[in-house]
Amino acid sequence: MQYLEGRKYVVQAIFLAVALVFATRLFYIQVLDGSYKLAADRNTLQRIVQTPYRGLIYDRKGQILVQNTPVYDLMVTPREVKQLDTVRFCQLLQLPPEEVRAALKAARAFSRVKASPLVQNLSTPELAAIQDNLIDFPGFSIKARMARSYNTHTLAHALGYVGSIPPAFLEKPKYSKYQAGDFLGITGLESYYEQQLMGRRGVQYRMVNVRGIEKGAFRGGEFDTLSVAGQDLHLSIDSELQAYGELLMQGKRGSIVAIDPKTGEILAFVSAPMFDPATLSGKGMGNRYMELLNNPERPLFNRPLMATYPPGSVFKLVNELVAMQMGVVTASTGFPCNQRLVRCTHNHEYPSNVGIAIKQSCNPYFYQVMRAAVLRGRSTNRFEDARLGLGEWRRQVMKFGLGEKLGVDMSQEKKGLIPSPEFYDKRNGFHRWNYRTVYSLSIGQGEIGITGLQMANVLATIANRGYYYTPHFVKSVGQGGPLPQFRERHTVGVDAPHFEALIPGMQAVVDGRGGTGNLASLAEFGISVAGKTGTVQNPHGDDHATFAAFAPAEDPKIAIAVFIENAGFGGTSAAPMAALMMEKYLRGNIAPWRKRWEYWLQGPAEKFVRRR
Amino acid sequence: MNSSPARYSRSIDWPTVLLYLLMVGLGWLNVYAASYSPDAPANPLSSLGFQELMAYDWFKQILWVATAVVLIVILLVVDYKAYDTFAFVLYGGMILLLVITPFIARPIGGSRSWLELGPMRLQPAEFAKFVTALAASRYMASINLRQQNFRDQLVLAGITLLPPLLILAANETGQALVFAAFLLAYFREGMSPLILVILAAGGIILILALLVPKLWLVGAFTLVLGLLFAFNSRLWRHHLPLSLSVWVVVIGMVFGVDFFFNNVLQAHQRKRIEVLINPSADPLGVGWNVTQSKIAIGSGGFAGKGFLQGTQTKFDFVPAQSTDFIFCTIGEEWGWLGTTLVVVVFMALLMRIVYVAERQKSVFGRTYGYCVASIIFFHFCVNIGMTIGLAPVVGIPLPFFSYGGSSLWSFTTLLFILLAIDAYRKQDLERY
Repeated sequence: MQYLEGRKYVVQAIFLAVALVFATRLFYIQVLDGSYKLAADRNTLQRIVQTPYRGLIYDRKGQILVQNTPVYDLMVTPREVKQLDTVRFCQLLQLPPEEVRAALKAARAFSRVKASPLVQNLSTPELAAIQDNLIDFPGFSIKARMARSYNTHTLAHALGYVGSIPPAFLEKPKYSKYQAGDFLGITGLESYYEQQLMGRRGVQYRMVNVRGIEKGAFRGGEFDTLSVAGQDLHLSIDSELQAYGELLMQGKRGSIVAIDPKTGEILAFVSAPMFDPATLSGKGMGNRYMELLNNPERPLFNRPLMATYPPGSVFKLVNELVAMQMGVVTASTGFPCNQRLVRCTHNHEYPSNVGIAIKQSCNPYFYQVMRAAVLRGRSTNRFEDARLGLGEWRRQVMKFGLGEKLGVDMSQEKKGLIPSPEFYDKRNGFHRWNYRTVYSLSIGQGEIGITGLQMANVLATIANRGYYYTPHFVKSVGQGGPLPQFRERHTVGVDAPHFEALIPGMQAVVDGRGGTGNLASLAEFGISVAGKTGTVQNPHGDDHATFAAFAPAEDPKIAIAVFIENAGFGGTSAAPMAALMMEKYLRGNIAPWRKRWEYWLQGPAEKFVRRR
Repeated sequence: MNSSPARYSRSIDWPTVLLYLLMVGLGWLNVYAASYSPDAPANPLSSLGFQELMAYDWFKQILWVATAVVLIVILLVVDYKAYDTFAFVLYGGMILLLVITPFIARPIGGSRSWLELGPMRLQPAEFAKFVTALAASRYMASINLRQQNFRDQLVLAGITLLPPLLILAANETGQALVFAAFLLAYFREGMSPLILVILAAGGIILILALLVPKLWLVGAFTLVLGLLFAFNSRLWRHHLPLSLSVWVVVIGMVFGVDFFFNNVLQAHQRKRIEVLINPSADPLGVGWNVTQSKIAIGSGGFAGKGFLQGTQTKFDFVPAQSTDFIFCTIGEEWGWLGTTLVVVVFMALLMRIVYVAERQKSVFGRTYGYCVASIIFFHFCVNIGMTIGLAPVVGIPLPFFSYGGSSLWSFTTLLFILLAIDAYRKQDLERY
């Protein structure tokens, strides 16, 4: 019996061994391994995001352009769908059965137990038609949310649109606050001012039990935040002017940009062909977007910001200003209209000063102006001289906001191109090009490219006699005024007297006898317009017509650039269109006897082209 | 009953009683936490009627504890010789009850093992433990286990195996498995340690066979044996037949495990073992209990979330949280300090029971004491093991902690019969 007594130690050892294993294991899962705490929070914590009311968009005069209206999503929880009467259901929704089946399949793939949208963006009348019958279809429910609606049929390119966040965005840190299915601005102002428009999301942490039933706030709501409504945007766009511009541009391709030179505020922003902003909202938005995308006229292309063309003769203004600032020419410098240098469009009086040269848009004159600015004998090597000279010239030209993004409050902006010496080095070879290679720049042709917005900004700079404010759409975010970068004055490094010397020539373009832009005259109203026509050579078809102007010349209130693709000579179509726009803005309406210009200007661009 | 109450009181083993009270008290506190509802009135005892209160486990547990106290008094007052004398009678009655239970019980939770007596529900299987312990101890006192008397061993095995087989028939696998605990008590009384070793080896092989491909296992074992032969010539010369038979047995077990696993175990039992090895195998089914129970305990941290502050247990993520999974509430609300305290208290009780058992003069008393320790130990092992993912999910309660009348009564009876026997042992000494 004695030796069996020892077995009590074996039994006790077994007991203690198990206790030790338990204590160790418990120490591991309770103290060392943090993953169980996370898992517990995942179990019980539900994050409820409250999407704030998106900011509204007003025009210059306080008219509301974009607002929020309730729309309804038909949600489906696949697990709860019982014996769906597909025929009746499709009749109710007025959707083809294949589409419903595909949507149901997608919903099942997403989750069987979570609700996902089957049909989005139902309007209130559409909801009314189906709501009462929904009780016969278990598993389907209605979720209300706010969507954009438009009080205007214009300005689609500037406003942009709102859509659900693309899945790829969700992984970017910038969009960390967004969840799948959230809506955000995709293009235009909706995108640029997303932060301001969106406001601040509110987050509530709720505890839920195993069946997902709420059991109250987490830690008494300590971590909850309230949602803050988005800020309204007050645009500088004049809706009436905008609508008028879009009317005039019907059936054409091109752009109109009008700026208030004193502030840099954009008054009108027309990109033709245009579309109704409501196209990209509401039910069937995806299909309509695809239609716009596949349209050969490319209505989605934001032309004033993205289409870069050679500016044509309008650029002669910049050329002249830069040369005058360099001191190589003065207002009274004359150059012969030497057609051996470059062809001139027509025979005209001798350009004995800059006024006549601009009025007649004399190509050889500006050829010689730029040559004087570029070839200054900096090097005995004439190739190097042209190289150094072009570099210096380009630096001065770019101060006008050309060849780089202006920084407008929209993200799609293109830089354009003011070619550098390196550009030609690369294309022609080092010291294998000289002024004869680049002279086209002097008359705004060749490699140079600028956008409609940049051209309007150049005119605003001339109107201001030497400075500009970065063009912008938003006068005021909420009550806070424009963004700080739009209050900053940019000087272009050309002294005011040079502008004063140039402007009479521009006035002569419009009001002088035989000026190229006579059709832009508003002299009958006592308004003096200063402008410049341009005809952009187009190797692919008819020339592009352009006209840029500001008015009144003494106290400019509007600077405008009109660009019409394939409309031939700038003075024929672009000039009268600019005049109507300026008349509309400055006088508030169009004089009845000038209505005929509206009829003249409507219709496709080819009617303006003089066939030879 | 020929001594004064005071003297009798002195002869009771108070440390065990205090440990018992501590466990029942802590248990009630956690049953209260597990069945606590924030929506209930602030002072339910005065504002709710009896019927409404009966909806709460914590209230019913008060009644169970109160009746357990009455039970204790009765158990201590009864002459200790009665337990010895009536052991077989009780055993016979219990067998009869187990036989008829499936026929008269209504099915609850997949098994017909609950008898309904008015408002109370009792599980005979719970009481079969102490009755079998008494009968086995009584029989043990009459034989000598070491003397290799095959007939005696067979009878003892029969006494031990008959109740679990009947319980198994009623589909209460967990309660049937408890009877394996008797082996520990028999070991103390002289059973060959080989049986424990073989069982332990079987368990290890079972787990290995599920974790590693069987042919690897066979290969590895053969390799080890081959290496032993190669480097130990004594083994080669003297123990070749033994070694080979061990090899054959092990190989047989490896494949036997497979057969046992696939053909003997029921589908849900198989699942429970699979989940033990890989909880993510069936996260919303059988794996749910294991996963959620580990999350609840794991999220308690070092010091816990505080009394009534548990979220996983309060919000019903853990099933059966006041009964079989009461340890989750302890783990979540009291943290590692709380769970370790429970482990320590159990160890203290088990050590005390072994101490009490060892001081018995009679084989009956000692065997019974070891049976008590082994049964409590088995529950402790399997219940806590399953909540922390070390044992398969087997529906047996944590003694003294889990909610439930049958469980509390049966463990109280189990423990206090030992204390009664122990108390009279001293009196016997005084008498003679």
